[in-house]
Amino acid sequence: MSTSDDPPPEAVDEAVDERERRDEDPGWLARFRTEIVDGQTLLLTFLALVTALAIGAVLIILSEEATRETLTYFFARPGDFFAAAWETVGGAYGALFRGALGGPRAWSETLVSATPLILTGLAFALPFRALIINIGGEGQFLGGALLGGLVGFGVTGLPMVIHLPLTLLAGFLGGAIVGWVAGILKARTGAHEVITTIMLNNIMILLTDYLLLTALFQRPDRPDPISKAVAGSATLPLLFGAGFRVHWGFVLAVLVAIATWWMLERSTLGFEIKAVGHNPRAARFAGMNPDRIYWLVLAIAGGLAALGGIVQLSGVQGRITPGFAAGLGFDGITVALLGRSSPLGVIAAALLFGGLRAGGLAMQADTQISLDLVTVLQALIVIFIAAPALIRSLWHVKTRKESGLEATASGGWSA
Amino acid sequence: MSADLDARPAESTRDDGLDPTSPLVTRRRAFGIFLVALAAVTLLFLLGEGGEATFVLRDITGGDPYFQMPDLVVSVGTVVLVVAILAAFAGGIQLARGFGRRTYLVLGLVLALFVFAFLTWATAGSSLNLLAILRLTIRQAVPLVFGALAGVLCERSGVMNIAIEAQFLTAAFTGALVGSVSSNAWVGLLAGAAGGAFIGWLLAVMAIKYRTDQIIVGVVLIVFATGLTSFLASQLLTPNPDLNTPAIVSPIGIPVLSRIPVLGPLFFNHTIFVYGAFAAVLLVHWALFKTKWGLRVRSVGEHPRAADTVGINVYRIRYQAVVLGGAVAGLGGAFFTLDSAAQFSEEMTAGLGFIALAAMIVGRWRPFGALGAALIFGFAGSLSGGLAIVQVPIPSEFLLMAPYLVTIVVVAGLVGRPRPPAADGVPYVKE
Amino acid sequence: MKMEMRGVTKRFPGVIANRDVDLVVEEGEILALIGENGAGKSTLMNVLYGLYDADEGEVLLDDQPRTFNGPGDAIAAGIGMVHQHFMLVPVFTVAENIVLGVEPTRGAGRLAVRRAEESVRELSDRHNLPVDPHAVIEDLPVGLQQRVEILKALYRDAELLIMDEPTAVLTPQETEELFTAMRALKDQGTSIIFITHKLGEALEVADRISVLRGGEIAGHTTPAETDQDQLAAMMVGREVDLVVDREPATPGEVVLAIRGLEVVNDRGQLAVKGVDLDLRAGEIVAIAGVQGNGQSEFVEALNGVAEVTGGSIELDGRELVGLHPKEILRAGVGQVQEDRYAEAMVAEFSVAENLVLNTWDAEPYARRGVLQSRTIDELARKEVEEFDIRTPSIHTDMGNLSGGNQQKVVVAREFARDLRVLVAAGPTRGIDVGSIEYIHERIVAFRDAGHAVLVVSTELDEVMALGDRVAVMHGGTLSGPYDAPVDRDAIGLLMAGIDPDRPVTASGSAEQPPQT
Repeated sequence: MSTSDDPPPEAVDEAVDERERRDEDPGWLARFRTEIVDGQTLLLTFLALVTALAIGAVLIILSEEATRETLTYFFARPGDFFAAAWETVGGAYGALFRGALGGPRAWSETLVSATPLILTGLAFALPFRALIINIGGEGQFLGGALLGGLVGFGVTGLPMVIHLPLTLLAGFLGGAIVGWVAGILKARTGAHEVITTIMLNNIMILLTDYLLLTALFQRPDRPDPISKAVAGSATLPLLFGAGFRVHWGFVLAVLVAIATWWMLERSTLGFEIKAVGHNPRAARFAGMNPDRIYWLVLAIAGGLAALGGIVQLSGVQGRITPGFAAGLGFDGITVALLGRSSPLGVIAAALLFGGLRAGGLAMQADTQISLDLVTVLQALIVIFIAAPALIRSLWHVKTRKESGLEATASGGWSA
Repeated sequence: MSADLDARPAESTRDDGLDPTSPLVTRRRAFGIFLVALAAVTLLFLLGEGGEATFVLRDITGGDPYFQMPDLVVSVGTVVLVVAILAAFAGGIQLARGFGRRTYLVLGLVLALFVFAFLTWATAGSSLNLLAILRLTIRQAVPLVFGALAGVLCERSGVMNIAIEAQFLTAAFTGALVGSVSSNAWVGLLAGAAGGAFIGWLLAVMAIKYRTDQIIVGVVLIVFATGLTSFLASQLLTPNPDLNTPAIVSPIGIPVLSRIPVLGPLFFNHTIFVYGAFAAVLLVHWALFKTKWGLRVRSVGEHPRAADTVGINVYRIRYQAVVLGGAVAGLGGAFFTLDSAAQFSEEMTAGLGFIALAAMIVGRWRPFGALGAALIFGFAGSLSGGLAIVQVPIPSEFLLMAPYLVTIVVVAGLVGRPRPPAADGVPYVKE
Repeated sequence: MKMEMRGVTKRFPGVIANRDVDLVVEEGEILALIGENGAGKSTLMNVLYGLYDADEGEVLLDDQPRTFNGPGDAIAAGIGMVHQHFMLVPVFTVAENIVLGVEPTRGAGRLAVRRAEESVRELSDRHNLPVDPHAVIEDLPVGLQQRVEILKALYRDAELLIMDEPTAVLTPQETEELFTAMRALKDQGTSIIFITHKLGEALEVADRISVLRGGEIAGHTTPAETDQDQLAAMMVGREVDLVVDREPATPGEVVLAIRGLEVVNDRGQLAVKGVDLDLRAGEIVAIAGVQGNGQSEFVEALNGVAEVTGGSIELDGRELVGLHPKEILRAGVGQVQEDRYAEAMVAEFSVAENLVLNTWDAEPYARRGVLQSRTIDELARKEVEEFDIRTPSIHTDMGNLSGGNQQKVVVAREFARDLRVLVAAGPTRGIDVGSIEYIHERIVAFRDAGHAVLVVSTELDEVMALGDRVAVMHGGTLSGPYDAPVDRDAIGLLMAGIDPDRPVTASGSAEQPPQT
């Protein structure tokens, strides 16, 4: 309502005065604690995970032939049902847990899965701080794989110290261009980035399909759409030798996340990004340049998603195939939301989702329960995170403050 | 309500006394130059092999028309020249004095002529079944129409719906499952609507009750629906193929009308989905613009507080619109399994939900606009298949990109920026 | 209809918005409810209108206790509200807006559009409030939109009209028209609650006046028994002296020279139509005007965020038009924006961060792109101390501060920079009296230090209190400036676009020709 609806200012002043005046900077450690691993946040995240796993268990029970059968005579012998349910769910989640954390190989797989998620997660988290919603991770991811791949298998004869960085740089650039297109359209014409990035995703998918059949990309000895293989000198080395798939891309991703955090919290650019995100009009009055921030941030974000693409290409896949992005760009959105758009939170969330994915593969192999369950779990977790009130009412917990995505007010198409 | 150009009086765009730097004049010039450039591009088609192009207009769907249409045979050179001259002529008039309010109409006509010239060039020395392409256009537009109408319903009430893809997928799945179990396509169709409505309800709860950011909810719902349908498909449908063989709908020829040449096969010999799509456009238009409920839906989407202060229950209206929208999208989703494919497969909607979203935006949040956009997008899709047959050296991927490119051009305001409902995407907090 | 409130109390977390309020409106009577911003007027009316539940107390209509679970109940009971921010759907027609919620239908839920239009026309004829039922709201001027709001209430057979600050957006002429309409409605038996903080209007149109202060009733009176000074004292709880103590100005050389300035608003219309103004060091020029007469665009042009289509703004001979806002800021133009929350601060940033909001990338607060948080905190501690900003910590989010303290942060931020000129738009809008006095004193002290100040305000009292010279903006053009002291009534006429036909500068001193 109107400004005249404000509570009497004196009353607020007094309330504020009663509290202790504390001027000291709480320090980065305390900030880290309150912002990322805040007890309430952690509790909510944990409960969201538990709730999602519970719903997942119901899905498993209902979809597995064996447990479904025991349901048909549930009232005659309920014990059968519980035993069968326990066995199926326990078996599935046990396999999932072992696949994610049981032993060094599982750890390695978790890190491999987490690597692209960190980068695509950052690609959503960073622009979100400027209240830009980047749904274009998928297309930017492909942009990175395409341009980076072109350098990775198109250029030969360079030593690794030059070829690998060049490949990564080309990859970054490929996605940065895709992101920049959406950004400059927003800055110049006001076109909503959600629409343009969604459309660019589909354009990039079709472009990939087309390019994979051109001489530039296609493997000469194959009729089907598959690219040439990335040269050895452009391949990210393994971290712990041939026994484990985890590669230096993981270290790169973590370093990039830390750099993004530093940029947001310590640099003048980060200050400007956040000011534009919270109040673009005030930012303009304060001498900032929201239009520049829009294209700059989207270009950087595109580059981050693209790093995910080129790292996945150079560290794991080795070649581009149709469907190369495999939803990793979209998964980045859920990772960023779980990580509450903080770069360090993104690392944690990517590890969790990476673990689920690695574990899901093991679960699929051991128990024939489809890996797609992991996608459902991922979506459920984020739904619960996004609506903390839902979790609170389910578990009857009280939290101090809203920490969800309520009223982030991206404000509709016309914003 | 519509774009800025329409909103201004027509005279102002024709007035030559206008300041030459004004945006209206700049835009008039830009359109003029575009038309002339189009004429020049058209002339490039003369560089092809030339000769004659044959367009087949015979019905090959097995109908029994009163008489068969003869093939349309045209000379490529003549068509290209005529179209080029018309485009140049239109461009000249536009540059000289402008078409004013009719600018978009002229632009549309010239573009249609250009597409025809292009087709003639592409078909040169060969034959193309134009009727089949147009018929496919309509069929491909069906899910887009339903999806875009769903978007119109939701967003007119102020809730952004980018989860059309999720509604499609869920409905395709429930439609296939229930259609198989019941062996009845109509029951399957209802189940499809219910599946879409379920996702709509989730969207409504998250957006209205928990006031979560609606774009994010939409994206997460897409992830959720993709995961859930894929999971259930591999857990339930793959081991039990009889759960994935739904009874499908069959074409219903409308007596007499279906036997009219060209128009009969084009419009009057389709499944219930096609008729339903056209009926749905009329119904949604009527509901939104001619009824009390529609007035309230639009008021809630434009200025919810104003609606609240006159005693309208904002939340209830939004729930109604969003769940109903979900059900409408569900009909579009059911089309995939009960009409076109006859079985569910993972991620079978392949991003068409996003094209439906695009059709809603390009159609400016209006039912008939959405229909028009859906038909154009459907044409791009069916043409990409048709051209592959006549072996045109244009990759089908580029034609398939057309809907996305058109949408970007439209939201960038290059041809009249669309104006969404004012409160679209803004959660309402009751005092 | 008679309305009576007895002992109404409404609490919000941490605040009591209304405490034990008694209020009576008789049938066919205009009651003026006056009070400062934040006195609880709107909250009280929202209780009456069913938007809030009262925690204690009761509402009686024609001596029957009633409870409302929402505006729908209140409307049904015959209460109509004319909101300060109009509750009209901009893209709907007048008729659609008026019938919304009580639409006439003709079977199957079909809207009876023609019937709606006819009844709207009949209603507007009956009350002599002419308006075209086909017109689309967004095409109508503000005064007509307000008329639609009134008709909307009357269409619902309102017997009690609540008008929330209805004159805030009107010109004096439109205000007079509104008062005529209000009197006519009163004569037909409608009761009216007229909410305002403009004392003169309350005295002119009301039958009785109730004063709200800090959420409580400070007193009831009638226009015959009281005058502006007494009302003002009741409103703020003490005798207030709105005249700031200060020495006469000793103007120096011209600092800011504005010539033929033309500015286009965001709808592409010419909002400022050729303004000339010289601002000299050591003086305050105050510009008065009703909201929406081009002041916002004028100030935005001075800040570099509006589209200037003609003319020049020179600061010490340097052209500012065409510069980026940052360059204008760094050239020494201080800015206090009109709409604090939307333009001058970031609510989610801390007090310290807001204090460097427009110097964030300049030395010493940043070096080579890196924020120097220690320097920023030092500045913040100093300013919080100096400006008596009440905040638990310099790291508290700005949004948690009261309006007055937020405004102090904004003002402190500007005074902490090296300024040549201060452009203060509505520098005391929506804040408490104590903060108003403090900010006025700082502005005068800044002038006394030899700086140039431009104050733009819709509050005539503020203009009168601060201006060494006073100008009036109407319809995008500037009259004056005239040397203070100026004749208040003459300024009022100029604000309405009427030539006062007498010297504007009061008390004998000769009228100064407009400075060019």
